[in-house]
Amino acid sequence: MNMNNLKVFLNGLIKENPTFVLLLGMCPTLGTTSSAINGMSMGLATTFVLICSNVVIALLRNLIPDKVHIPAYIVVIASFVTAVQMIMQAYLPDLYKTLGLFIPLIVVNCIILGRAEAFAAKNGAVPSFFDGLGMGLGFTLALTLLGALRELLGTGTFFGFSVLPASTNMLVFVLAPGAFITLGFLIAIFNAINAKKG
Amino acid sequence: MQYILILISAIFVNNIVLSQFLGICPFLGVSKKVDTAKGMALAVTFVLVLATIVTYLLQIWVLNPLKLAYLQTIVFILVIAALVQVVEIVLKKLSPSLYQALGVFLPLITTNCCILGVSILVANGTYDPQGLPVNLLTGIVYALFTALGFGLALIVFAGLREQMSMVKIPRGMQGMSIALVTAGLLALAFMGFGGMDKGIAHFFGIG
Repeated sequence: MNMNNLKVFLNGLIKENPTFVLLLGMCPTLGTTSSAINGMSMGLATTFVLICSNVVIALLRNLIPDKVHIPAYIVVIASFVTAVQMIMQAYLPDLYKTLGLFIPLIVVNCIILGRAEAFAAKNGAVPSFFDGLGMGLGFTLALTLLGALRELLGTGTFFGFSVLPASTNMLVFVLAPGAFITLGFLIAIFNAINAKKG
Repeated sequence: MQYILILISAIFVNNIVLSQFLGICPFLGVSKKVDTAKGMALAVTFVLVLATIVTYLLQIWVLNPLKLAYLQTIVFILVIAALVQVVEIVLKKLSPSLYQALGVFLPLITTNCCILGVSILVANGTYDPQGLPVNLLTGIVYALFTALGFGLALIVFAGLREQMSMVKIPRGMQGMSIALVTAGLLALAFMGFGGMDKGIAHFFGIG
């Protein structure tokens, strides 16, 4: 990996973290993070689609006419989402049921179309791969962190292992309001750290 | 009577934004002013009902008979994108005043996940029909009330944010952070409606 690709990768992971900095893809971020493992699976599924669509769009970028580039990108993205959907249904049926509607909804995740438009349409396949990897892992990291926090506060477990006594459980963190409030405070912490640095 | 149950369930108990987490992007993005929130709510209602009808018929008449159900995601998103374009062109010609009100919001709607989400739910019949048969009419009613639930959440949230813009907020919490915490409190308020649909169903002996 040369320096430039490393920079592209780290940019997605930290500096332009899709969840905490760009605030993209909020629906799956809030909807699938009731536990750390769910958040992580959703993040990895999105990462897979993001990398594949970034690479394919980068390869096709000179062939797609400008006028129809958005529908063309959507078809590429939707094809990979359908592939993920079928693979999950076949090999991970339980996870598929838990994540449910949010798997087909990866299509309308703004991160993926956003990166296709902002990065893959202007760069080659290799940098696009690292951009997809960085952004995808940044997204996964954020979802896992949010999921782990909500799980810890709500049910006292960490990736399914019991950590805190039952008396400290606050069920609201696993439910809908907890998602909004936890993410709100995480973004505030991220803002504070960034403000101190800059 | 069951239609009222769908209404209560879709608007209050299982609110699309505050308990199902669909359509968060416009919920956070266009909720700074009540006026724009109203426009967005109207545009979503219009497109959601139309998209539900079109995708449902497509599923029943084209995808199912040809055994192409696995293409659902690709077909639906393309149909929705095309539909939004058509609506935009038709509105521009037929009703310029309505176009003025909704025009800005229409392009944003293609990537609104509550449209694709509700279309998939209705086409697969995986929503809660409250004892009614799963058909086109029930689907339309469900889509309509879901859209109204989206509108209600959006407008109430915009009202809250308008009030909030007049107070001093700690620096780190400004912007999206305080908006998310506010949305959390709103979701907490909506949780108070939990179980109301079942209670009413029980009270009238239906469902």
